[in-house]
Amino acid sequence: MVSRFFVLLLLTGVGAIFVSLMFGYVPDNALNLTARYYAENTVRDTGAANIVAAIVVTFRGLDTLGEVTVLFLTAAIVGLVLAGSQQGRLRREQPAPGELLVTGTRLLVPLTLLLGVYVFVNGHLTPGGGFQGGAILASAVLMLLLADPLREFSHQLISAIESISGLVFVAIGLLGMVYAGGFLDNRILPLGTLGDLISAGAIPVIYSFIGLKVGAEFSSMMVNLSETEEP
Amino acid sequence: MSTIFIIMSLLLCGAMIVAGLMAVWPGRNLPIVILASGLVSLLASVQFLLLAAPDVAMTEAAIGSGLTTFLFFFVLNRVRKGTHHG
Repeated sequence: MVSRFFVLLLLTGVGAIFVSLMFGYVPDNALNLTARYYAENTVRDTGAANIVAAIVVTFRGLDTLGEVTVLFLTAAIVGLVLAGSQQGRLRREQPAPGELLVTGTRLLVPLTLLLGVYVFVNGHLTPGGGFQGGAILASAVLMLLLADPLREFSHQLISAIESISGLVFVAIGLLGMVYAGGFLDNRILPLGTLGDLISAGAIPVIYSFIGLKVGAEFSSMMVNLSETEEP
Repeated sequence: MSTIFIIMSLLLCGAMIVAGLMAVWPGRNLPIVILASGLVSLLASVQFLLLAAPDVAMTEAAIGSGLTTFLFFFVLNRVRKGTHHG
């Protein structure tokens, strides 16, 4: 009873904060200083049509490296925690997946992989990018797992993709320090014409590797979770 | 900001609150709670799209409502097996 009272009190407090935020909201009439810089100079500096991608990969590239590291740590911890449980290949009372799921998976997995690759290769032109494309790739792996829970996935392949992508990401960043203005500067490659697939310097390359890395991390998490069984 | 935009946003917010209520309603069970959290993520991604942030909307839809929901179900399955045998 007392705990319920405190929960209600907490919710009322949070609600009061949000209501005051909502009524105190004054929309900006103009972009603030940082946003104006990005809006005016992104195309000239990076050659990317998608300003968000340019900010995520170039201006705030170090943050993106941190995010990818957090995701890597999560996948590593999931693997570490599950390493103790037995790698059970014999599953009890596993119901067979339905015909609809199996056939649908055969149809949808290639299309989903294609969509994922499209999303991260075109990250500098259209909305989307490495994280979104990687998650779409991982959902294709998830579909394969759902359709056939006993399917073997190559752990070596997943870890190889994951580590090579991470190393290439950092290596491109270091190359930017040597050949261009700083860490993760995209001008190590020619900027090209705005709107072309091969343009914006290193942004599509970096985003493709981020996509592969994110996809491999999510896939390894799900494969680990589905393969291990309680001892 | 047009009126129809505001009406759609308010409808989405209402639907999100209803999904949140589904999660705390008495007599709920864990799968319903997981589905409700996925529903909130899905509606939030539509809201982000209305607010002209398609990148955030894609991330929310792919990770928040897709992968996280399935990860929760995987883990729930494992936890249940643990309580059965342990």
